[in-house]
Amino acid sequence: MSSKYSNITVKAYRRENGRVGVRNHVVILPVDDISNAACEAVANNVKGTLAIPHAYGRLQFGEDLDLHFRTMIGTGANPNVAAVVVIGIEPGWTKRIADGIRKTGKPVAEFSIEQNGDFETIRRASWAAKDFVHITSENQREECSISELWVSTKCGESDTTTGLGSCPTVGNMYDKLLPEGITGFFGETSEITGAEHICQKRAVNEEVGERWHKMWKAYQDDVIFAHQTDDLSDSQPTKGNIEGGLTTIEEKALGNLEKIGRTSQFIDILEPAEMPNSGNGLYFMDSSSAAAECVTLMAAGGAVIHTFPTGQGNVVGNPIVPVIKITANPRTVRTMSEHVDVDVSGILRREMTIDEAGDELIDMIRRTASGRSTAAEALGHREFSMTKLYRSA
Amino acid sequence: MSEIPHLLVHEHADNVGVVVVEGLTAGTDMLCCVTHDNSTFRLAAGADVPIGHKIALKDLRDGDTAIKYGEDIGKIIADIPKGAHVHTHNCKTKRW
Repeated sequence: MSSKYSNITVKAYRRENGRVGVRNHVVILPVDDISNAACEAVANNVKGTLAIPHAYGRLQFGEDLDLHFRTMIGTGANPNVAAVVVIGIEPGWTKRIADGIRKTGKPVAEFSIEQNGDFETIRRASWAAKDFVHITSENQREECSISELWVSTKCGESDTTTGLGSCPTVGNMYDKLLPEGITGFFGETSEITGAEHICQKRAVNEEVGERWHKMWKAYQDDVIFAHQTDDLSDSQPTKGNIEGGLTTIEEKALGNLEKIGRTSQFIDILEPAEMPNSGNGLYFMDSSSAAAECVTLMAAGGAVIHTFPTGQGNVVGNPIVPVIKITANPRTVRTMSEHVDVDVSGILRREMTIDEAGDELIDMIRRTASGRSTAAEALGHREFSMTKLYRSA
Repeated sequence: MSEIPHLLVHEHADNVGVVVVEGLTAGTDMLCCVTHDNSTFRLAAGADVPIGHKIALKDLRDGDTAIKYGEDIGKIIADIPKGAHVHTHNCKTKRW
């Protein structure tokens, strides 16, 4: 069925595998922490490239290692990335990550440091990076349907205004764009606590709902209850949440869940950093509620735009995915306007409806997908935080 | 709405509302709006309450359940008079 949202187009990059990207990064990707220096040196040599340093990648094993590979490969495979230079300490895991990214068809080059040293690795990788900059800088934006975007959401520094204004704005966007065929991501497993009975009912069918509940319960039992030393009153809600007026996890969860709107249903559940493979629709990703970790996982899952409601003013960004900040808190608009992309404080004054706010967000998604820099991009926020499941060997 | 509301309430079943203006002072005759249907009522603020924080819409007693979004958001752990500030000092999660 056609709606006023069916004909919205964006100017974006069509990748080799058919996916639509909204940025054109050449990424210099370290396999492990000790390859960060070489990657940063290459990015310094070759302008127009982006190194993504991180803290992990050595002596991980089992499920934690799988997550590391998924995050690395997913980041490189993201359609916002045009080409990738992968650098690792040794060739085995380096090749595994490079080959994983190659499946998208995009240009990938790999280098390992052992028996070469930083100097020789940096020299060779810089030549490859420079070639990629020349090739990808000729990529052209073309007209694509807004329905081809993969749009994620996670809120941060929430307060009571997020549940009243900015989260329902995102929910309204999903209610309007999911029927057009976009793919959506939400998550924050610990933060659904208190509204889990409501979230489960938003599954497309009972089977998905039951799998969702099992995942949520495992998080409660294996992560929260296994490691808690007191009640979680300093962590969930956070100090910032409490300052903003949120009193309990139940209140926070109910506000959080406003992000999936009134009618949207999730069609499947994803592991952290897992790419959707059940078709277009909304997915729940099992993920941390910490902003940078969650955005990093959803970007690795393939999201190309992130919508981020905030109350007290979370400033997070991501190296490869534009993060659109939405706030309804007039104090945050007054004191932190450099971080705000969409001001929906009119909802609190009853000067703006949720429907109007949703349309404003959709327009900002259109503009951002077509090249507009977000506040987080302009301010250089490139937080890349890997989720780690347990200690390394 | 010609006048800007001081307090927003999600649902008619709620017993707490959210202050949405900065610098609210005790005694203010608040315009309150239920966002579900934009209906309004008035309530006197019992304290200086910061923006984003909650106010009791009626007298609440120790052991009552705080209702917001029409849902259970925790237990009341002290008697709270109508119009007073509701937060971590008198309301607590039932989860942990």
